[in-house]
Amino acid sequence: MFQFESLAAFIAMGGHGPYVWISYAVTLLTLIWLVIAPIRGRRRLLKNLSHQSRSAVPSGEERS
Amino acid sequence: MARFPEWFHRLGAPKTFYSMTGKWLPWLAGAAAILLCVGTVWGLGFAPQDAKQGNSFRIIYIHVPAAFLALAGYYVMAVAGAVGLIWKMKLAHMVLKAAAPLGAALTFVALFTGALWGKPTWGTYWVWDARITSMLVLFFLYLGVIALHYAYSSTEAASKASAVLALVGTANIPIIYKSVDWWYTLHQPATIKLTQAPSMHPDMFKPLLVMIAGFYCFYALVLLMGTRTEILHRERRTRWVADLAKTGY
Repeated sequence: MFQFESLAAFIAMGGHGPYVWISYAVTLLTLIWLVIAPIRGRRRLLKNLSHQSRSAVPSGEERS
Repeated sequence: MARFPEWFHRLGAPKTFYSMTGKWLPWLAGAAAILLCVGTVWGLGFAPQDAKQGNSFRIIYIHVPAAFLALAGYYVMAVAGAVGLIWKMKLAHMVLKAAAPLGAALTFVALFTGALWGKPTWGTYWVWDARITSMLVLFFLYLGVIALHYAYSSTEAASKASAVLALVGTANIPIIYKSVDWWYTLHQPATIKLTQAPSMHPDMFKPLLVMIAGFYCFYALVLLMGTRTEILHRERRTRWVADLAKTGY
């Protein structure tokens, strides 16, 4: 059962609202950043590689 | 030298690991999203409030799972370091590199939410208490491993140095676990113990279990994503990565 009588009471958290909501907000932002960082890194890397492969002459397995 | 089964060798090949784990990502992402959403709504709105601490106790639903994974993540990193050093497995070093920022971020979440929970409960954001100080040491160990990766120009030297640091830092882990028993601390003793029934009411405990499961899925997801990006980076001069870049996938 929902523990709060109103939305205002839910936000106020009996006076502990700021502590609870800032904790959850900072956690959410951290988790979002953790997911985005490797996606962006991967995209940047693949972009650089496809640029390189277009400008460079392909020469077998190992290229530098 | 011990011989490994065939699957271990195949999974140890970065290319195989990359294509295999690609199929796991959507499932892990879905499981993490569902568990974290359900756990958050349950914990914030539907779990009964604590008789002594009021609603500030709802921070437990992120504080405890984050601290759990911060510690479990250190094991992952140290074991990866050991495997990388002993069996010279390249993939293990990539896992280690991906585990460091993930662990640091989760340790930060545990410390930050702990500080915000401490203020209404203990009257202070911070005390130099055994549990909190040893968690801060854990945070710096993670940062040290990240920094070592940037300190060397050679990937191999950086991998070895950070693996050694990760292994040495393992000494801190039992200190963190035992800190609430060994020293007199403000931090409350462990809520969940493997050997005993939880000291929480089941209505409060169930959403916590959901959140812990969600954090585990999230950890696995981000660790795999980080490892896969690191694989592409270190294998960027191979044919298969070049082909991957061409197709854009």
